[in-house]
Amino acid sequence: MPALALSPAASADAVAGAGSGGGARLQTVDTVQALQARIDALQRTTLDSRLTPTHEALADLLPDGGLKEGAAYSVSPSSALVMALLAGPSAAGSWCGVVGMPEFGVEAAEAMGVDLDRLVLVPHPGDQWLTVTASIADALGVVVVKPGRAAGDAAVARLASRLRERGSTLLVVGAWPQTEAMISLTESRWSGLGHGSGCLTSREVTVTVTSRRSPRPVSGRLLMPDPEQGIRRLDPRAVPGAASRTAAERAREAWREVG
Amino acid sequence: MLRALCLWVPDWPVLAAVRDGAARAGVPLAVVAANRVVACSSAARAQGVRRGQRRREAQSLCPVLVVLPHDDDRDHRLFSPLVDALESLVAGVQVVRPGLVMLGARGPARYYGGERAAALALRAALAEEGVPDARIGIADGAFTADLAARDALADAPVRIVPPGAAAAFLAPQPVAALDDPELAALLGRLGVRTLGEFAQLPAEAVRDRFGERGAHRHALASALDARGLVPRIPPLDLERVLELEPPLDRVDQVAFAVRRLADEVVETLAEHRLVATAVRIGFRDELGGESERAWLHPRSFRPSEIVDRVRWQLSGATRTAGSAPGAPTGPDLRAAIARVRIVPESLDALAHHEPGLWGSGPDERVHHALARVQSLLGHEAVLTAQRSGGRTLAERRVLVPWGDRAVLPRPLDRPWPGALPQPAPATVYASRHPVVVVDARGETVSVDERLRLSAAPAGFAPSAGGAVRPIASWAGPWPLEERWWDPARARRAHRLQVVDAGGVAWLLVLEGASWWAEAKYD
Repeated sequence: MPALALSPAASADAVAGAGSGGGARLQTVDTVQALQARIDALQRTTLDSRLTPTHEALADLLPDGGLKEGAAYSVSPSSALVMALLAGPSAAGSWCGVVGMPEFGVEAAEAMGVDLDRLVLVPHPGDQWLTVTASIADALGVVVVKPGRAAGDAAVARLASRLRERGSTLLVVGAWPQTEAMISLTESRWSGLGHGSGCLTSREVTVTVTSRRSPRPVSGRLLMPDPEQGIRRLDPRAVPGAASRTAAERAREAWREVG
Repeated sequence: MLRALCLWVPDWPVLAAVRDGAARAGVPLAVVAANRVVACSSAARAQGVRRGQRRREAQSLCPVLVVLPHDDDRDHRLFSPLVDALESLVAGVQVVRPGLVMLGARGPARYYGGERAAALALRAALAEEGVPDARIGIADGAFTADLAARDALADAPVRIVPPGAAAAFLAPQPVAALDDPELAALLGRLGVRTLGEFAQLPAEAVRDRFGERGAHRHALASALDARGLVPRIPPLDLERVLELEPPLDRVDQVAFAVRRLADEVVETLAEHRLVATAVRIGFRDELGGESERAWLHPRSFRPSEIVDRVRWQLSGATRTAGSAPGAPTGPDLRAAIARVRIVPESLDALAHHEPGLWGSGPDERVHHALARVQSLLGHEAVLTAQRSGGRTLAERRVLVPWGDRAVLPRPLDRPWPGALPQPAPATVYASRHPVVVVDARGETVSVDERLRLSAAPAGFAPSAGGAVRPIASWAGPWPLEERWWDPARARRAHRLQVVDAGGVAWLLVLEGASWWAEAKYD
């Protein structure tokens, strides 16, 4: 199963995230994880998959440090989170497609950094949503889809192989089998509003990423949107001792730890 | 020296207005551009209205004068059938402006056996088109022919200046005939009143004093008109029409029948090394109803894409009003289609649309993928978005089908008082979601005339039934009052931003007596 193949750096991230908690039991877990990663690296069958440019506030929460080309991610139903994920690829020149979301707020998307000239909307794909998604994933870099109704396993597998072949990233709003990671938005707190006064200005949220290869979810506190309509990492040390360092540093450290 | 034939239709802007149905014939009529009379009817002229007068002056001379704005487009549009009629008789017609054409006199004169016979034949052709009063001048050089045509009278409509007699014909004409008011005024002050007197001045002296333009006018006055004629190139006939006998009443049948026609259109264009970037497709049904629309293409039309447009246009006609775009449509048309017309509207050189040796980049792939989705779901199913000005969230975005040109109905750079403050909500509901907003005692919250809430909102719930979401914080009501002067489009609403206990912010709108959720800040 090629999608399971891991690069050493990727697993090392997870190791670093887990290892920072301290304690003897966790140390054991870390060692097991690191060894697992090393075995995976030796056994892997695919080439390194490339990363799609991702917004820096979100990149280090994701496994591998960004959205991977050819992978599918499951996103919790929040339009703002979808826009935040699209902002990076769109700013870097990718075309983005949004399928099955008639309520997608165009104005907010532009404020978050999605280029409307390279945004395509298919609001009402009806029963053909899977065909439509597969068609536009052939040409568009990132495709967001809100599934109309459950898809069969065979269709999902076909779509997954098509994504891998074309190097497109799929963001599914809702549950999806065999995703690279699940990205969810919780603990939303708006500021600026009083009792009869003020107006919404900014929002603090926690973005949590759960991936198959890390037993513990990675999460970070973000301002989304911040008072200037952008996306900002609120607390770079939300994941203690890990988030402030670059992925490469963490990888090196993890390898040292293993021996 | 070139023998030129000038054909002049007097007062063409007025005649065009009458033929277009903008005014009745026979009434005093003036066409005005930039507050000056451009042309007037003979009835107006009898009252003293002249070209070049101010509008107010013309109206004071003739109080019943009907004043029409000048429409250059109309002049050209109505004149082109007359040019076509002339071109069916003679070749090499140059349209100087609507109402005035030039052509070489030698060919027609030989064919019709004489210059007068040729002139009468052309005049008869125009009379058949409904323009009986055309004046024709034939002379050496276009300038002299033009003046000869103006010299012709209604009862002697053909004025022929014999070869070599141009200078003698021009000599008594006033210098104003040069159509150069500045030069004419100057010459008048110098005591030069006619073209003959002007022609007698030494050419070098005229060039020294008046420059190159003056020297050119001097040559015209001396009957040394060096201008040749630039004949019009008849436009290509690219339009294709398919008559369906018997008429077809199913979309797929029409689409199938039209395939051959689409091939033909694209092949004809390719023969002229052209491609179409916009086509206009027209249908006539068996009851005589016509429908037409233009389709744009981000690149250039291929035959199969024209067939797609035909299908979409027919499906659009069958779709019942109110159903969502992309909804399946019935295959049966309301009336059978008897005639399909395809007109390539915007053309471009084929060379601009050749694919490069290594392909033309990612955008072409994007277009093919989206065109595939469009042929699956319909033209309006694939949209691109643009931001637009406006006060409501629905107004602030414009969704355009892929391939069409965006037209922003409201400019973005105006202040739009009453628009929501940033940040914009991430979820804007496509349809209204009715809600109930209640205060702490469970009574519905309302807004009075002085924009006061009846009580602080404490919670809201979907009207259809559901759990009440407690409101943690709120702001408003923000009034929205639009177009109060127009009862049909007037709109009065109040908006409330609320954050529920779960930390999700909502935009609630009170319009009339009912609340609905317009957007969610999720």
